[in-house]
Amino acid sequence: MSRAARVVFEHVSKRYPGTAEGSGAVDDLSLEVPAGTTCVLVGPSGCGKTTTLKLVNRLIEPTSGRILVGDRDVAGRDPIVLRREIGYVIQQVGLFPHQTVGQNVETVPRLLGWDSGRRRARTDELLELVGLPAARYRDRYPAALSGGERQRVGVARALAADPPVLLMDEPFGAVDPLVRERLQNELLSIQEGLAKTILFVTHDIDEAIKMGDRVAVLEGGGRLAQFGTPDEILANPASDFVARFVGADRGLKRLALARVGDLQPADVTIAHPGDSAADARARVVADPFPYLLLLYADGQPIGWIGGKDVPGDGELAESMAVSASPLLDRHTTLKDALSMLLASSVQAGIVVDRRGAYQGIVTADMITERMRPAAESRS
Amino acid sequence: MNLVEATIAWLADPAHWSGVSGIPARMLEHVALSGAALLIAAGIAIPIGVWIGHTGRGVALAANVANVGRALPSLAVIGIVLPITAAIDPQAGFKLYPTLVAMVILAIPPILVNTQTGVGGVDAEVVEAARAMGMWPGQVVGRVELPLAMPAIAAGLRSAAVQVIATATLGAIFGGGGLGRFLVEGIAQQDDGMIFGGVVLVAGLALAVEGAFVLGEASLRSPGLRDAAVRGAAARAA
Ligand SMILES: Nc1ncnc2c1ncn2[C@@H]1O[C@H](COP(=O)(O)OP(=O)(O)OP(=O)(O)O)[C@@H](O)[C@H]1O
Ligand SMILES: [Mg+2]
Repeated sequence: MSRAARVVFEHVSKRYPGTAEGSGAVDDLSLEVPAGTTCVLVGPSGCGKTTTLKLVNRLIEPTSGRILVGDRDVAGRDPIVLRREIGYVIQQVGLFPHQTVGQNVETVPRLLGWDSGRRRARTDELLELVGLPAARYRDRYPAALSGGERQRVGVARALAADPPVLLMDEPFGAVDPLVRERLQNELLSIQEGLAKTILFVTHDIDEAIKMGDRVAVLEGGGRLAQFGTPDEILANPASDFVARFVGADRGLKRLALARVGDLQPADVTIAHPGDSAADARARVVADPFPYLLLLYADGQPIGWIGGKDVPGDGELAESMAVSASPLLDRHTTLKDALSMLLASSVQAGIVVDRRGAYQGIVTADMITERMRPAAESRS
Repeated sequence: MNLVEATIAWLADPAHWSGVSGIPARMLEHVALSGAALLIAAGIAIPIGVWIGHTGRGVALAANVANVGRALPSLAVIGIVLPITAAIDPQAGFKLYPTLVAMVILAIPPILVNTQTGVGGVDAEVVEAARAMGMWPGQVVGRVELPLAMPAIAAGLRSAAVQVIATATLGAIFGGGGLGRFLVEGIAQQDDGMIFGGVVLVAGLALAVEGAFVLGEASLRSPGLRDAAVRGAAARAA
């Protein structure tokens, strides 16, 4: 079941009974989501995003048109079997409140009749995957989770039976921007390993640009306004509606398409607490970048010491460092990285790996430099 | 001898605690009759309530039926049923069935209404998630809706049980057994101790059953539901 499957909409329309002609929830939608890629459906509230998702797993039946999952028309499939092959993260999370986190996650494996050992192993694996240590979270109830933790459990539950297709309806809608950013990055790195076919709904154009290999912009009445890669949509909006929807800052938004991981991080002078201060001072003075980065033994950054503040003798100590720069993940977009940098005093972001260990630094100059050739080639 | 002393004296008399018309035997009759009525009522009301709550169909009809059921005085029900059952079975048709039918009719509304609102009140997203995960309708009911409606259903059963225990007392008027016999015989014999002893026993039984339901419900309820969200859901259902 784990092989990814494409999802195709062919002239799909859905009109709810009792609504006027031409005011469908979905209107003549045709698009193809290639296997293993993410398509983001974005548009204003009420434009038919949720309806479109529910057409795929037959929670809603289309008025006309065909939907293929893999190469098969969903209309000819048993909805129960179909739904067990499609992970669904519902808009309001919808965890079962009377069941533990573990029981929630193993819902579909249970329906599929997996034995308890296999279910347990899978649940633990998934909880770790979404960043919830199984030993701590497995036996908790949803009421005892934060909003962000619930959304992670929702994602784990959708992934449980390793479905080839995932439908995610505003999966990160209910959390603060910081947690959302983390969850987005985590989903991106999960997707790197899993290569599911994902239909992801949001009404946030920034999230759409960040998460989608392709973006489908929907406008009121469920019409497809534009379908293309994020860069195509930002570079050439197909209509006034799309241009307005993506916003006047679409040039800046293109910054959001490149990530810290696309840059080659630069090296700075580093040292560890206990190192000889005189030696460190000599190295930082010789470096054009006049700051010393102090790291723990495991590579996690402690903070910066200004080159002039490094003592001439004795040992370096943790207390000398000021934690200043933002920490950047390689999934952090250049836009976010740039704005974090503009707000920081040192003007260098510390790039860390998944464990939080130092990889290098990124400066504002490096980011603008990177965007320049792209801007020229477009004009 | 005042009323309290007479009641205590009657309750304390060991002679009243043995034999086929002693307190334990009457208590057993009372509990058996009430339990049977409650089981029959639950067997009728819970499936119907689940169906209505799950499908959302017949909600208004059920509410009306329940209101009529609630408004009917038990004695009137007994009066209506008695000629019919007596015609069918001259023995038990007189003593047992009219009371039993009245008890069942009284017990159905609270169970039906609570089951229906409990099942129907389960968050739409949760039900949708269950369907989207590929549960059969029966699995949606059994694994999601019923467990979540459990506190509401238990509350319905509890109030039905208390009413049924009170109504079972009436059976004695028509020659049935149960704790009501002490009231009927006490009045006939002008024995105040016996009358109020019987009242104390009925009240005590009702309280004990109520307590047992509260404890039973609390221990059956999923730990995930012991929080404010559930108190909200229970308040909606009540
Ligand atoms: N069951 C229904 N009956 C009638 N109309 C409906 C029904 N469900 C949705 N609609 C209408 O269809 C349109 C599309 O709804 P849908 O839920 O797909 O929007 P959406 O894009 O997901 O919006 P949001 O961003 O607010 O979640 C809306 O105008 C909505 O009012
Ligand atoms: Mg929606």
